[in-house]
Amino acid sequence: MLDVTGIAAPGAWAKTGNTSLPGFGLTLGLSLTYLSLLLVIPLAALALYTARLSLPEYWAILADERVSSAFCVSFLSAGYAAVINGFFGFIIAWALTRYAFFGRKLIDALIDLPFAIPTAVAGISLAVMFSPNGILGKILMPLGIEIAFSKAGIVIALIFIGLPFVVRTVQPVIRELDREVEEAAMSLGANFAQRFFKVIFPSILPALLTGVALSFARGVGEYATIIFISSNMPYETEIVPLLIVKKLLQFDYVGASALGSAMLILAFLLLLVINLLQSWMKRDGNAA
Amino acid sequence: MTITLIGREPPIIKTVLLTVMFLFLGVFIFIPLVTIFSQAFQSGLAVYRKAIASPEVLSSIKLTLTIAVVCVPLNTVFGVLLAWAITKFSFPGKSVLTTLIELPFAVSPVIAGLMFVLLFGAQGWFGETLQSWNVKIVFALPGIALATLFVTFPFVARTLIPLMQEIGKDDEEAALTLGATGWQTFFRVTLHNIKWGLLYGVILTNARAIGEYGAVAVVSGLVRGETTTLPLTIGILFDEYAFSAAFAAASLLTLLALLTLALKTMMERMLEREKIDR
Amino acid sequence: MSSKKKQFHFPRLFGLTHHARQVAPRAGSGWFRIFAGLAGALLGAAAYAGSHELLNVSYDPTRELYRAYNEAFQKHYKALTGDDVTVKQSHGGSGGQARSVIDGLEADVVTLALGYDIDAIVEKTNKIAGNWQSRLPHNSAPYTSTIVFLVRAGNPKKIRDWDDLVKSDVKVITPDPKTSGGARWNYLAAWGYALKKYGSEDKARAFVAQLYKNVPVLDSGARGSTNTFVQRGLGDVLLAWENEAFLVINELGKGKFEIVIPSLSILAEPTVSVVDEVVRKKGTAKVAEEYLKYLYSPEGQTIAARNYYRPTSPEVARAFTAQFPALELISIDGEFGGWQAAQKKHFSDGGEFDLIFKNLRK
Repeated sequence: MLDVTGIAAPGAWAKTGNTSLPGFGLTLGLSLTYLSLLLVIPLAALALYTARLSLPEYWAILADERVSSAFCVSFLSAGYAAVINGFFGFIIAWALTRYAFFGRKLIDALIDLPFAIPTAVAGISLAVMFSPNGILGKILMPLGIEIAFSKAGIVIALIFIGLPFVVRTVQPVIRELDREVEEAAMSLGANFAQRFFKVIFPSILPALLTGVALSFARGVGEYATIIFISSNMPYETEIVPLLIVKKLLQFDYVGASALGSAMLILAFLLLLVINLLQSWMKRDGNAA
Repeated sequence: MTITLIGREPPIIKTVLLTVMFLFLGVFIFIPLVTIFSQAFQSGLAVYRKAIASPEVLSSIKLTLTIAVVCVPLNTVFGVLLAWAITKFSFPGKSVLTTLIELPFAVSPVIAGLMFVLLFGAQGWFGETLQSWNVKIVFALPGIALATLFVTFPFVARTLIPLMQEIGKDDEEAALTLGATGWQTFFRVTLHNIKWGLLYGVILTNARAIGEYGAVAVVSGLVRGETTTLPLTIGILFDEYAFSAAFAAASLLTLLALLTLALKTMMERMLEREKIDR
Repeated sequence: MSSKKKQFHFPRLFGLTHHARQVAPRAGSGWFRIFAGLAGALLGAAAYAGSHELLNVSYDPTRELYRAYNEAFQKHYKALTGDDVTVKQSHGGSGGQARSVIDGLEADVVTLALGYDIDAIVEKTNKIAGNWQSRLPHNSAPYTSTIVFLVRAGNPKKIRDWDDLVKSDVKVITPDPKTSGGARWNYLAAWGYALKKYGSEDKARAFVAQLYKNVPVLDSGARGSTNTFVQRGLGDVLLAWENEAFLVINELGKGKFEIVIPSLSILAEPTVSVVDEVVRKKGTAKVAEEYLKYLYSPEGQTIAARNYYRPTSPEVARAFTAQFPALELISIDGEFGGWQAAQKKHFSDGGEFDLIFKNLRK
């Protein structure tokens, strides 16, 4: 299985020594030029726009109640969704790897649907499903469970978006554990529960956490899927990307850049955490 | 009897887990798919056909395909270059570079769009220069293409880097020793080795390029029939109470997504097979 | 356009493509018109005097209006000058549309929900002359509208007037005034009503706060709110543009919804202007001016009225009296001292609306 989650293990480069292979100048030069044009210059524009603010001004924008509520909503919903995905993603990865059942290959392929389907399409179909007249809304509304237009709606959208991250990071680890081994390895514990908690779960944990972190990172920035299902209420269900768009609509470029740069810094930190998790995963994998 | 590290769990667990899985995937994968198609065909086949064939949908399909045709090759070529530089050589700052590649995954698409507005919008850095040259970027095809390039950049590089690392450099070095030129080595050896992984990355790039919404929405300007991509048109139709039409257009993208998944699964098989062969 | 002969239309990569002068195919082909319009726009008006292209950047609820109007205008302009015109449309929330024009979207004309959004373009870019509002009759508002209530069939919650909206069991759907032009009119109408009835600003503030307490969803645009109310079935009453309310009844839910006219509402003046800098550059000043002027003609006014906008021409208004019931209307200039003042007091960051929302949470 390929690393579709986009984060490859760092430290793996170490093996690559200097070689006689040609093309270093050409490939690196062209890549760097392209990256600068496409990534670095736009990032610099964002940074410079934000730099028009003094630090106290910057802080005042972020500390505004509506903004901090939006950060809360974004991060909490992404957090809930990531944890739920951790739980169910683990079960799905386990079932898909270990059990033979009718349609397994099809389901395995469909897990990546949220990667492949445009977010706007996912957004409108989730909104319709959970609306009072929708397939699931019809069942849930009479029970007093409101999904559309509540915080739950945001979490649902983020579960959809983040599910493949967990399944796809956990699956290879379970498959590795499930390989046939010498009988000696079996003398680990008497019953399944003991084996599970002492050996199996700890081996899967780094991968699981990585998947959860990826799902979280993806969820924090999501926009299109959410706006169709959320009520977009300030302080309640307004997410940061939406607030950025709203600031733009009010011609507040500096405010939008301030929020954007704050999100960017947090995204960097998340990437860092994910990279650390992955090196842990790698080390763990080597130790096993 | 097969023995694995996991061993065997009590049968009840298997039943419970499978049930949980089917319920969960039912809600999150199956019902959304059914919803899209049932809404699309709700008003009958004639309405569906009319919706798809409307000038607005057709022109946005054309724009979306143009965007894909511009973005996919560019990101493929540069993704390969970058993967080559990173996996074949060691140089200072490599880890910074790898983090940079990952960045578009972690940045909200809305911010991606915003950055290009800040650069090329009339109020932006290059706004006045561009206007004096009469070059349009934001609210025209180039802006939409740039935003799409940004969000789809990582896919090819990110797929190839681990793969090329795993394959190593021995084949290329052997070819060079035998007297092949650098280009020959690349086209005959490297490209051959990575072809399935490359295709896989291309498919993912294409899927995202066609489906992007947030980044494109910020730079589009929503000129109907000119700067509305298919996902934006779906949003517009949804807002115009044309539910069947919106879902009809959405069903096209869904079919494409399903095709993407099928191709992706095929590529994965090929990759697995080659891995075993190695 | 679809049934006409197809002609491949090259996407404009990087906006610089100079189209070679073509042997003109039969005029009338839709693609040709677009193509020629583009070429004209790019090469300057001289190269293609016989055809023009306009971009009208408008707000959400005018989609149907301008679809009909553009068709009529094309015929009118052809008859007047012999030239062909293609009008392209862009629709979205009014503020967002103004933002696009500020950022460089090359609109020949803007037809937005309120004067404030056009003022914003003036202020940030100088693309439009400062005296824009006095260049056309009626404050540059060729048609007006007002804010009415849309309720579900049979009016189950017995909603008759603004006072019914603050009852605790009523759910009100209205968009976010910070981003939606229509929502600002809604808000100001409610404020104006309370101010008149209860006599003090404090009471008006409390009234509006109570009203927003009953709002379960705050969409960013008027269209989003209508969808929430109509398609997703949320809320008991939708505060809507009069034209939008009519549209819902006629297009979507005959017999499913009813319009309730409150005792007092606000005179909403959606305003229009030529974007001077763009038409100068593209050489479209003449056609753009005619485009807006024709809105005031009997034909333009009739189209507006048919699309449920209140015509400003008394003659046309008389023909449509049955459609538009009379009601007491307050105006933005009379009651709130104009848009700049209203915007600053109510909708700026830290303004009345922000305070209301902040207090709602406590």
